[in-house]
Amino acid sequence: MLVQLGLLVLSLACLLIAPMLGADFLPWSALADETGRADDQYILKELRLPRVLMAYLCGGGLAICGMVFQAMFRNPLATPFTLGVASGASLGVAIYVWSGVSLVVLGFSGLSIAAMLGALLAIALVYLLTQTQRGFRTSSMLLAGVAISFFFSSVILFIQYMSSMVDSVRIMRWLMGGLDVAGYDAVLSLLPFVLSGAAIMFYFSHDLNLVCSGEELAVARGVDVKKVKLVLFFTTSLLVGAIVSVCGPVGFVGMMVPHICRHLVGADHRGLLPASMMFGGIFLVACDVLARSLIAPAEMPVGILTAMLGGPFFVILLVRAGR
Amino acid sequence: MSERSARGILFADICEMIKAQNLSYRIEGKPILESVSLVLGRGERMSVVGPNGAGKSTLLKCLARIYQAAEGEIEIDGRKQRALSQRELAKLMSYIPQADGFVPPYTVAQFVLMGRYPHLSPFSTPSAEDREAVDRAMSWTGIEEFSARRLDSLSGGERQKVFIAAAFAQDAPLLLLDEPTTFLDPKHQDEVRELLVAAQARGTSMIAVTHDLNEAVLGSDKILALNHGREVYQGDVAGFMQAEVLQAVYGKSFVFVDHPQNGRRMMLPNVMEGGGCGEK
Repeated sequence: MLVQLGLLVLSLACLLIAPMLGADFLPWSALADETGRADDQYILKELRLPRVLMAYLCGGGLAICGMVFQAMFRNPLATPFTLGVASGASLGVAIYVWSGVSLVVLGFSGLSIAAMLGALLAIALVYLLTQTQRGFRTSSMLLAGVAISFFFSSVILFIQYMSSMVDSVRIMRWLMGGLDVAGYDAVLSLLPFVLSGAAIMFYFSHDLNLVCSGEELAVARGVDVKKVKLVLFFTTSLLVGAIVSVCGPVGFVGMMVPHICRHLVGADHRGLLPASMMFGGIFLVACDVLARSLIAPAEMPVGILTAMLGGPFFVILLVRAGR
Repeated sequence: MSERSARGILFADICEMIKAQNLSYRIEGKPILESVSLVLGRGERMSVVGPNGAGKSTLLKCLARIYQAAEGEIEIDGRKQRALSQRELAKLMSYIPQADGFVPPYTVAQFVLMGRYPHLSPFSTPSAEDREAVDRAMSWTGIEEFSARRLDSLSGGERQKVFIAAAFAQDAPLLLLDEPTTFLDPKHQDEVRELLVAAQARGTSMIAVTHDLNEAVLGSDKILALNHGREVYQGDVAGFMQAEVLQAVYGKSFVFVDHPQNGRRMMLPNVMEGGGCGEK
């Protein structure tokens, strides 16, 4: 519990401090300062704060999605990104941008829906592949994920090639992953996804604990493994789709964060879920602050930064797993 | 007078712990189990024996519904297995898998508590009853002293006791065990055997798969011998310890000796037979 409490304090501190940092230091007092520049107030309130909140939500959401995948496949290398779910979502977005349609269904943007459908398609492929063989080996599953990613990436390239210059740049920029939102609409539309996703995952935390001990044992203990897997795969892909549609395929958060948290709080998902969520939020907010500050006044897409950190981490895990 | 008999239903007295009829299981058309039936009374212990690939583990998995039998009926405690939810089934039977080298990433206390899964509701924290069941299971198996350690820091023998404790914590009247003593040293084998004898004395019914014939006959009420997915023998121990039965099960002859200390009859493979590596 101590770790979770510490992460909660750290989260609050992070949400308080991060909006002040960036190309210029802007203290919260600027809001109260009536003589202050209107620009500063706008930047703080309408740009930086929603962006920090968005980073926290995306980071937290990606971390718990990664946690669920790692638990269900009993492998720290299995995450929505390594298994091609994020590429599926990206493909959905690329097709949507290329098609030039613009629609809103039940308050959801067409972009989000396209991303979710793409994520669902990818997860359905992974799921079907794991069902075809008894005792499906994790290594074959990871390879399948890589193959799915490659395939989707090449389709995305093809779509870019076929698109107009403007759309092509839009797709490319989006693929780099970024959190440059303005206002609170995007934050508010993502919030219910992250909260309900986390609630569903928490509901199944006992089940996840047992699935982590081996599927056969889980069944014998009374877990309806098929149902748990279906519900969680579905939940995870919707959540990944929703997040990716907003911030692009920000990679590796879902791999690094839960893995580190498991060392901090252990593998019991009732404690691991809140820890991963908060750690993920803090991690992405911190990465985003760096992305905004490192090459100021310009900024870099946060996805590039997380991939630079995540690549070596992936290799370390791979080497350790091979031992 | 029990509540049940007050209602005029004498289930507990009339129905067996488990009854399976004509179970068949196939993988891609290849039969693994063919029309296997078994009956086990309350508090009884059955050992399932047979050569590699005979379908012993598959039989256990079909009983626990880890595999879905293609044909056949299973009744546990008088209730049809297929009508039970997985959770209800887990309240009636617990299962200890064969050690496959994978070590769950938990502490001993966490893992034993996970045995309470069928009794827990999703958002609830473990009740006093759950805690009691866990403490009881840990004291029965003598693992309290390492309850805070992680499973991957334990020896194979200690870990097997933790798996047994988790199954005890599940509080089910029937226990299925897949080779519970394989890979253990003689001392740990003895300890595990004693745990199972004690469990049987507490009224737990058991079905255990084993390769050790002398272990199988020790303390068992019934033996079920399989070969190529079919029943070769089912009955009491004395009937099983016959040269022709063993020959039929294993395709190999055995000799019988008496243990020099307690005089107990034991089976040993005949090393004078072709293919053996005995000294002339």
